[in-house]
Amino acid sequence: MENFLFSLISGIFIGGATGYLGSLMLTKRMALVGDALGHVALPGMGLALLLGLDVSFGAFVFLLLGIFLIWLFEIRTSMPTEALVGVVFVASLAIGFLIVPEPELLEALFGDISEISFIMALASAIFSILIFLAINRIYPNMILANISDDLARSEGIKTKKQNFIYLLSIAAMVALGVKVVGSLLVGALVIIPAATARNLSKNLKQYYLGSIIFGVLSCFFGILLFKFIGFSAGPLIILTSTFFFLISLIFKR
Amino acid sequence: MEKNIVLKVENLNVELEGEKILENLSFEVKEGEVLTILGPNGAGKTVLLKVLLGIMPFKGRIEWRPGIKTGYVPQRLPFIKDIPMSVAEFFNLKRASGKETKEILNSVGFKDYNPPAASSHSLRSRAPNFLNKKIGELSSGQFQRILIAWALIGNPNVLLFDEPTTGIDIGGEETIYTLLAQLKEKRNLTILLVTHDLSVVFKFSNFVICLNRCPICQGVPNEALTPEVLRNLYGEEVKFYEHHKH
Repeated sequence: MENFLFSLISGIFIGGATGYLGSLMLTKRMALVGDALGHVALPGMGLALLLGLDVSFGAFVFLLLGIFLIWLFEIRTSMPTEALVGVVFVASLAIGFLIVPEPELLEALFGDISEISFIMALASAIFSILIFLAINRIYPNMILANISDDLARSEGIKTKKQNFIYLLSIAAMVALGVKVVGSLLVGALVIIPAATARNLSKNLKQYYLGSIIFGVLSCFFGILLFKFIGFSAGPLIILTSTFFFLISLIFKR
Repeated sequence: MEKNIVLKVENLNVELEGEKILENLSFEVKEGEVLTILGPNGAGKTVLLKVLLGIMPFKGRIEWRPGIKTGYVPQRLPFIKDIPMSVAEFFNLKRASGKETKEILNSVGFKDYNPPAASSHSLRSRAPNFLNKKIGELSSGQFQRILIAWALIGNPNVLLFDEPTTGIDIGGEETIYTLLAQLKEKRNLTILLVTHDLSVVFKFSNFVICLNRCPICQGVPNEALTPEVLRNLYGEEVKFYEHHKH
């Protein structure tokens, strides 16, 4: 019962914060980056498991590496970012598959919340809140930069620095998220709530609040379902999220 | 710098990935002037604006008079319609006060919009429909006026206007240029205007720079735009526009 409570707390905070970050990801037209980063986390999780470290820590280190690689490729070649992200994405998946010890492979791919401790719940809550606060400060400027980088820079906004803060935040939230829904599904945690909220909102406030709320609700109901039917929580969370998305299509504005 | 000069550009060169976009451009802009930058597609007009705004690297010298504030009207914002956002929220991105937003929306001609009263009514109670309207649902003419209004937040002295490539109809007889002319008078603006439309140059501006990567001509439109210059600029096919003096 205690574990269940801890997993619920982790899920709610991580769901809310990833949803919030997702609202920016969608306006950045980078919907697939969350997916890619989830895969990049996998080799890190594997190494962490081998070394007896926390998987989120391993994931975070590899995410930083992945982001750096993509950034490096981007300035070295003139290929579109999407193609580069795609390369890093599949290569990481392949490496991760080889590194992650077989007994833990399913857990790494689809998440496992049954073992979430008090410390993990506390850490999730604290990181989620900190990241929310950090992004909240730059949210209007991020939106402006997502509308037009030129316009934002003509207003004196340092868009590169802003992007860097954003990518760090994404890395941190993905690293936490892989524990809940696994590396294959964590991208969905970022994107689906925002997509649902976009269908339903008329303005920015509704949009980001909606992204947070659908993120929280998906995790909450997904974890409840897990409690009662016993299937793996990760897929249940994502399916709950998808369900909300399908409903939103009916009421689309 | 002379007193009435707002901007001085000397020997400007811009290169993008090894390709020369602008070469050896020098000019000055005087206060209150409407300077048009004329040239075919790909001539480097938009690049020039971006360089002047300080958002693109360049070689040479660009000197704004100290204290000058610029407002930028970009050519288009294709992604804005994907973002759920109200008109009021768009102005909030620039941290505009409700009063300023109101005043500026009035001045770009949203006539359906009540002028702000002396008593401080909240923005919402005054014009609930328009300010809460989704940006994506505006007509292209309304959107163009919103972009101009947005650029005018913060009272810039210089407006850099990049003309949209598609025609804009902002309603009735009024064109975007009559609106700009009005704003210029009311707000004491200096305007730098990118266009490929010759008639705009003659009707509206008092100085023109023709650009096709290298500067081809500059001066007062009637004198600078000779048939030969225009052939040079647009190729043999283009006919010389007849124009009337105002």
